[in-house]
Amino acid sequence: MNKQCLVTSVIVAALAAGSGYLYARRQAAPAPTTAAESTAATLAHVQGGAAAHLSSLPGTGGSHGSVITVKDGDSIQDAVARAKPGDTVQILPGTYRQTVYIDKDDIALVGVIRGADWPTFDGEGKRNDAVLYSGNGVRVENLKIVNFKGNAIMGQAGNNFVIRHNWIANAGVYGIFPEFAQNGLIEYNVLTGIEDAAIYVGMSDNIHVAHNEVYGNVAGIEIENSRHAVVEHNLATDNAAGILTFVTPGLPIKTTFDVIIRNNFVVANNHKNFAAVGSIVSGAPSGSGIIIMAAADVIVENNMIRDNKNAGIIVSDHKSFANITPDPETDPNPERIQVLHNLFANNGYEPMKEIRALMAVNLTREGPDLVGVGGGAGSCIADRDSLKILGVVTSWGVCTRTSTADVTNYLLDKPAPPREISTGERGKLIYSSVCAGCHAYNVRMIGPPTQILQVMYAANPQGIADYIAAPVKKRDDFPAMPPQAHLSPELRLAVAQYMLSVNQPKPAPAAP
Amino acid sequence: MFAAAALPATAGAFALSHQCPPSFENREGHCRLQTVYQRYTSLNDAGVGGLKTGLPPVRDGFTPEQIDLGRYLFFDPALSRTGKVACASCHRPSRGFADDRPGVGVTGTAERRKAPSLWNVAFLRRFFWDGRAHSLEEQLKGPLYGAQEMGNRPARLLTTLNGMTAYRALFAEAFTDTGGGIRSDHVYQALAAFESSLISLNSRYDLYAHGVADALSPPEVEGLNVFRSFVARCAECHTPPLFTNQQIAVIGMPEPKGRPFDPGAGAISGEPTLRGGFKVPSLRNVALTAPYGHAGQFATLRDTVAFYTGGRGHAVPSGEKLQLHWHIWEPKLSAGELDRLVDFLDALTDESFRPTAPTGVPSGLPIPN
Repeated sequence: MNKQCLVTSVIVAALAAGSGYLYARRQAAPAPTTAAESTAATLAHVQGGAAAHLSSLPGTGGSHGSVITVKDGDSIQDAVARAKPGDTVQILPGTYRQTVYIDKDDIALVGVIRGADWPTFDGEGKRNDAVLYSGNGVRVENLKIVNFKGNAIMGQAGNNFVIRHNWIANAGVYGIFPEFAQNGLIEYNVLTGIEDAAIYVGMSDNIHVAHNEVYGNVAGIEIENSRHAVVEHNLATDNAAGILTFVTPGLPIKTTFDVIIRNNFVVANNHKNFAAVGSIVSGAPSGSGIIIMAAADVIVENNMIRDNKNAGIIVSDHKSFANITPDPETDPNPERIQVLHNLFANNGYEPMKEIRALMAVNLTREGPDLVGVGGGAGSCIADRDSLKILGVVTSWGVCTRTSTADVTNYLLDKPAPPREISTGERGKLIYSSVCAGCHAYNVRMIGPPTQILQVMYAANPQGIADYIAAPVKKRDDFPAMPPQAHLSPELRLAVAQYMLSVNQPKPAPAAP
Repeated sequence: MFAAAALPATAGAFALSHQCPPSFENREGHCRLQTVYQRYTSLNDAGVGGLKTGLPPVRDGFTPEQIDLGRYLFFDPALSRTGKVACASCHRPSRGFADDRPGVGVTGTAERRKAPSLWNVAFLRRFFWDGRAHSLEEQLKGPLYGAQEMGNRPARLLTTLNGMTAYRALFAEAFTDTGGGIRSDHVYQALAAFESSLISLNSRYDLYAHGVADALSPPEVEGLNVFRSFVARCAECHTPPLFTNQQIAVIGMPEPKGRPFDPGAGAISGEPTLRGGFKVPSLRNVALTAPYGHAGQFATLRDTVAFYTGGRGHAVPSGEKLQLHWHIWEPKLSAGELDRLVDFLDALTDESFRPTAPTGVPSGLPIPN
């Protein structure tokens, strides 16, 4: 069996939908029997196969290196420490009572699922996070993560990530939480029992969230202070609120725009809100299908939105939302929200008191499919006559756009690039920002001045490069130099070459 | 130190260094920052993220002469009304350019807030604990002319400086337009130039961030993982690489015993939900800057990190209704985790580019210690 079959089976199940499907999925693990035993070969297949256009994300880990296998009782962190960029850490079924951090690039952490046996991270209610990463190109797949206090999987500034097919339960505040990232894919995960957002995309760009199932959380999926995100083909049910897109004030990145929420099942999100006191989502009213707060250019299309007791879709500004401290650097209003054709049924049957007050003003006893409160401009609705609408939505225009078919996703065609700096340029940066602290040009500081070293090592940069790898104390009147062996030989040579060139006359340009 | 050695041998004479400080490259007479962090990008150029993330936009491009003139001014008590207080009296170089002893201003009265560290201010967009200033020039007028701090007045300061031959010569070297005498903007720019040269980006943490896995000890890595976890949530506001996201946050720290509640940013904006809000400080060199908090209310880092696990709002005075930041919650950190956090914070120390005090200042006044 390979990943393609798994993917197909999930899609088929999703198409079957309906309450029977929901019920069944809540009883069992996500399609455990269909997942393959992962080998380097099948991993390569995953990269190129299945939902091809989304899964390829070139540059993510594990695509070209070796495989380091970890079995029950081993330390995953030791394997990560040994792994080089491009390597895969393959985790066999077992219980791992560990926290793993990945502070290097292009590493894949991939579980092997045998029958119903998953590699399981157990936080035992006392560990903070299961997986923390800051590297680019990190991939996390096929893990079961339970009983953590903080997050299941949290990334800080790791671009080009893939988080796929993980099963996460009672894993703290967020389940999957990439932050400060560009270009990432979150798909085929199942998350439940999370006390804030199960999938929380924070301050990130170019993100795709697809085919996930989120149930029994405070919020299902949240796109916050992020741009260029598509949320599609997910099932959000039995959360306090299903899918959220917010501008939260007081964060260093101030906007949310270009978000598409389409083809999702947003069903019966009526769970009690069990968020921590003071958290932003504690202000999200239970029974809300989709909430859009102060975001811009959000398109909601072709979702099945039903049985959400408070309202199908809520569009709000900051002022109308509980717990919000205004931020003069953010636009507090939702702007240019487009609600295209969606399927609505039985929403707003038990609305909160603010919505009931709006209903009273509008002389209606029907709760809303779509309600808008507060400021903002340029929003539109495609089929107002077939919807129960309330609040400022009654003044929205008719959308001119009819679909989002022109946008496949907002992922980048190529990985978000690192800042390219030549070895020579890096040598200069290291000389200026590290070496020059002790070796000023013509002034005695902690080490001998660069000017003197230029005479000593004239035309011998390799001499410097070798010396700084393992310095020996040479002069009584200077302290020993700390070794720089952590720099590669090439980089040490580049530093040395730059050091010898500082303030030297440039060679005359070659004759034409 | 970078300038001290450039002093001419002639006693009593002052000359300005023509070398940029370490971590700066002299590009056509202007000092431009050079750091390994320039290898990295940052989402939306915001300068916040994880380990290998670029820095926020930097204030650089001053001349070596302006920076060195700023150094003399920074240490010269002639800038105060009494001739006894210098910038360096409260921004003590040996204390992370912060203050560890309130009440050294011209009146001897304790300021209600602690002088913040000046390390890496070249990257900041907001100044003062309440964030009310938006440039170093705007900020430094506060202490220069504050009655309890240096107590001076603009006209008086210029009379003092223009009355000194040495300063007239130094300003003429650092600026091209001093024909009509030294102006306030010259003074502000030179001080801002010096302050912007205080760069600390070579700690052991930085080495770890650049990929040297054993630069941090195992307890320090453990502390880093507590720091960035979503239980402690430190990194959500003290975000690398500068260890601040430069926002205002209401976190409900207690005031020192017997002191009235400080409304912080709420008093500036008039916005009730910002009452009790303060700027998130950078944690670089934090191990040097005790005591901690906006009023220096915690003696040690251990006491400070313990505040965050004492319960949401536990120190808010009764009768105060504060809208506490959403990241202030009940993380229930263990004693061991708090210790590891302190271990990690110690790894943020780097004063390798700390300039030394001049041996004498142009006014001839004794440099306050």
